[in-house]
Amino acid sequence: MTELTSLTIADARDGLTTKRFSASELAEAHLAAMEKARVLNAYVLETPDVARAMACESDRRIAAGKAGPLEGIPVAIKDMFCTKDVRTTACSHILDTFVPAYESTVTAQLWRDGAVLLGKTNNDEFAMGSSNETSFFGPVTSPWRRQGANTPLVPGGSSGGSAAAVAAGICLGATGTDTGGSIRQPAAFAGIVGVKPTYGRCSRWGTIAFASSLDQAGPFARSVRDAAILLRSMAGHDAKDTTSIDQPVPDYEAAIGKSVKGMKIGIPKEYRVGGMAAEIETLWAQGADWLKKAGADIVEVSLPHTRYALPAYYIVAPAEASSNLARYDGVRYGLRENGRDITDMYERTRASGFGAEVRRRIMIGTYVLSAGYYDAYYLRAQKVRTLIKKDFEDCFDKGVNAILTPATPSAAFGIGEKGGADPVEMYLNDVFTVTVNMAGLPGISVPGGLSSEGLPLGLQLIGRPFDEETLFSLGEVIEQAAGRFTPQAWW
Amino acid sequence: MNAPARNTRLIKGADGDWEVVIGMEVHAQVTSKSKLFSGASTEFGGAPNSHVSLVDAAMPGMLPVINEECVKQAIRTGLGLNARINLKSVFDRKNYFYPDLPQGYQISQYKSPIVGEGEVIVDLPDGESVTIGIERVHLEQDAGKSLHDQHPSMSFVDLNRSGVALMEIVSKPDLRSPDDAKAYVSKLRSILRYLGTCDGNMEEGSLRADVNVSVRKPGAPLGTRCEIKNVNSIRFIGQAIEYEARRQIDILEDGGRIDQETRLFDPGKGETRSMRSKEEAHDYRYFPDPDLLPLEFDQAYVDALKAHLPELPDEKKTRFISGFGLTPYDAGVLVGERETADFFEAVAKGRDAKIAANWVINELAGRLNKEGRDIASSPVSADQLGTILDLIGEGTISGKIAKDLFEIVWAEGGDPRAIVESRGMKQVTDLGAIEKVVDEILAGNPDKVADAKSNPKAIGWFVGQVMKSSGGKANPQAVNDLLKAKLGL
Repeated sequence: MTELTSLTIADARDGLTTKRFSASELAEAHLAAMEKARVLNAYVLETPDVARAMACESDRRIAAGKAGPLEGIPVAIKDMFCTKDVRTTACSHILDTFVPAYESTVTAQLWRDGAVLLGKTNNDEFAMGSSNETSFFGPVTSPWRRQGANTPLVPGGSSGGSAAAVAAGICLGATGTDTGGSIRQPAAFAGIVGVKPTYGRCSRWGTIAFASSLDQAGPFARSVRDAAILLRSMAGHDAKDTTSIDQPVPDYEAAIGKSVKGMKIGIPKEYRVGGMAAEIETLWAQGADWLKKAGADIVEVSLPHTRYALPAYYIVAPAEASSNLARYDGVRYGLRENGRDITDMYERTRASGFGAEVRRRIMIGTYVLSAGYYDAYYLRAQKVRTLIKKDFEDCFDKGVNAILTPATPSAAFGIGEKGGADPVEMYLNDVFTVTVNMAGLPGISVPGGLSSEGLPLGLQLIGRPFDEETLFSLGEVIEQAAGRFTPQAWW
Repeated sequence: MNAPARNTRLIKGADGDWEVVIGMEVHAQVTSKSKLFSGASTEFGGAPNSHVSLVDAAMPGMLPVINEECVKQAIRTGLGLNARINLKSVFDRKNYFYPDLPQGYQISQYKSPIVGEGEVIVDLPDGESVTIGIERVHLEQDAGKSLHDQHPSMSFVDLNRSGVALMEIVSKPDLRSPDDAKAYVSKLRSILRYLGTCDGNMEEGSLRADVNVSVRKPGAPLGTRCEIKNVNSIRFIGQAIEYEARRQIDILEDGGRIDQETRLFDPGKGETRSMRSKEEAHDYRYFPDPDLLPLEFDQAYVDALKAHLPELPDEKKTRFISGFGLTPYDAGVLVGERETADFFEAVAKGRDAKIAANWVINELAGRLNKEGRDIASSPVSADQLGTILDLIGEGTISGKIAKDLFEIVWAEGGDPRAIVESRGMKQVTDLGAIEKVVDEILAGNPDKVADAKSNPKAIGWFVGQVMKSSGGKANPQAVNDLLKAKLGL
């Protein structure tokens, strides 16, 4: 990393305001770093022309004293967000030439506030995966390596490209989408901060849907403060998404440094899953200790339905996905494989356009919604979801301000190591994160330390609905105690 | 639904009578400027794909947003059908693949519709009234249109209708004959048009029906039904039921059984044919649409809409009978179309309502019918017709002359009073002039005079002669009086 690419967003903001460097210089430094880091495959599309033009505009606005809150900040956008006139693919063959004529609400708000687009980042196809290995554009290689080894590791997923890009210093911040852990898990693997806001906090309009009732956009950044800065721009009510909530967006950055004294932090006993790695357990206890030292009360809490969350999630999410992905039919846009008749065209297009994991989830989803199975699967999963939500509500009703858990059951694994024979092995990565999506709550993943192999491990904080501020306050306490983690550049 | 069979509606079979049982699902396009979940126009007849938003084309990441006007229209419709309004309802996805269905699912309401049970009172041609139960009304999206005749090897898709709001109005199986069904749809159409919630235009597809038909022996349990899809005229509904009931009776009487299936009506051949069997039926995989929150409003919202409902056909009919002294038949005819009822009221205001009704129903409606026009485009206005009636009432013109005058106004327009004046159509009330004519005719027909003395009814012949010879302008009453006096009757 150069000086300019290793800045935090907060530092870069100061540098731009004091004219220590220009937005164009900042963009150029990143474009050069991106070129050098292509081996990571973090970007599926670099947009240097767009970046230069936007940076130029930013410099003009800075000069005119009209800088927005993110003026000149170069960011990467997960390829699930539709970007006007910039190819958007969900990293799927079925959309690999799709150029939207519209801009997603979340990205439009980033540009409104002055951010600069560097490019579109890699992700698991349609955000379905926990390792970024299902992307049509190939896997992302994590900038992290185990100590003394050069085995390529996964960055986590589905937002693997965004996480890798932030960690590798080829953007200052990035967007992700989180349906079952797709922001928090890769953030943990990459040693950075990732936030899954409350369901309804960010508009879903213009974001390619995976599972509508679970999908939520959120930021990746190298510090808790940076994540707070980004979320303020991304969040907000949108009349075009009726599930977005009409509540004012607080100044999240103001929550940084706020005392957490007297806050009640729940430690859910059900998250002590069998066979949990000792170092994860140690990290968790360490996290609790840091918060305690900052004046918080640590209490044990119970979330009794936790163990049903993952199976229920893998019914609800595929069910919604099977319907959401029906529009990719070769009729109006995207890939078309011609066939004998309409049915043959559908079959050829979808067989060729979707990868194995997406096909698997469409089939699971179709199955659980079909006549005769709906009650046994989908309806029951929805009931489980209600119970999970109630678990958290009971907890918060008892005065708990936030819940602390590990973000993942392990550190990053090697590319090709998991899920080859049994997809459930891969699904288990989401065991600590899916409950949060099922309950619609906000969650943050903050780096807590390194594993014995030198790989980042993350802690997750789960908050009350629309209380992201508490998560930022607590997250910063952990960040202050644990420090920040940067991979050694090997690329 | 198990009311005793009305004997007059039974169908004769080879071994006894059969009863036909009909339930209908009427799809009515909601009158609204924009679509159910997008801002695109609902205007009919635009160039293909000219009324299509990103949502209607199901572009990636697009989300539906409910159009409140469509919700209000559905509530108004529910109120007009005396139905329960559900303060909470849910939109579901009905999943199936079809080129004119861009999302791969139709947003509809499955388990929790916006409107629950209600009823419609239907007047039958024989004067009887029956109450038909409404099962539910729900909101749903229309699909686009596949065009197969634009290219030798390709089909084209027009998405202008994609996403337009429909109300599916589901009846209970309370209908027992083709006449019942036709009268039900006519009444439904009338109510919707009064409410302004659907224009009822069947040619443009604004109103179409799926007809469920089964047959049974009177008193027996319900038979297996067949659904006839998308019948788009009231006449075809009658024909389709007629054919389908006979087809099912023939099968059953031959010892066969009815397969539950979906059928299509071919208006050219006047028959129904199989479209798909129960086994081929889609599994629609309904589930609540996660992009939309449940639709909720409070009773005050419903009450506010109720307070502004127009007078509906049933109320209007009652008022026409009690207030104007019309016969139930005349009142029924007049209230069928709100425009006709309004026209009648304008004509009847301050005049003899029965005469007004008679003129509107017989002269005006007859003439409009003959030329295939509707009352909104009537060349004779309510004012003009009212003036004609005034001229009759004042004795200025006779009823006969009035009909001529009506024709002139129809063809040329203008003020009827001025026309009567300028064309010398005024009735002759000068008794001397009439007497002169009467005397001439009596003198010229001594045999008829003798005849009339023994047969008073023969006076009619003399009246006719006098009227003829006066060019229709003699006052008929005066002619009658004079003749009676002169003939000594």
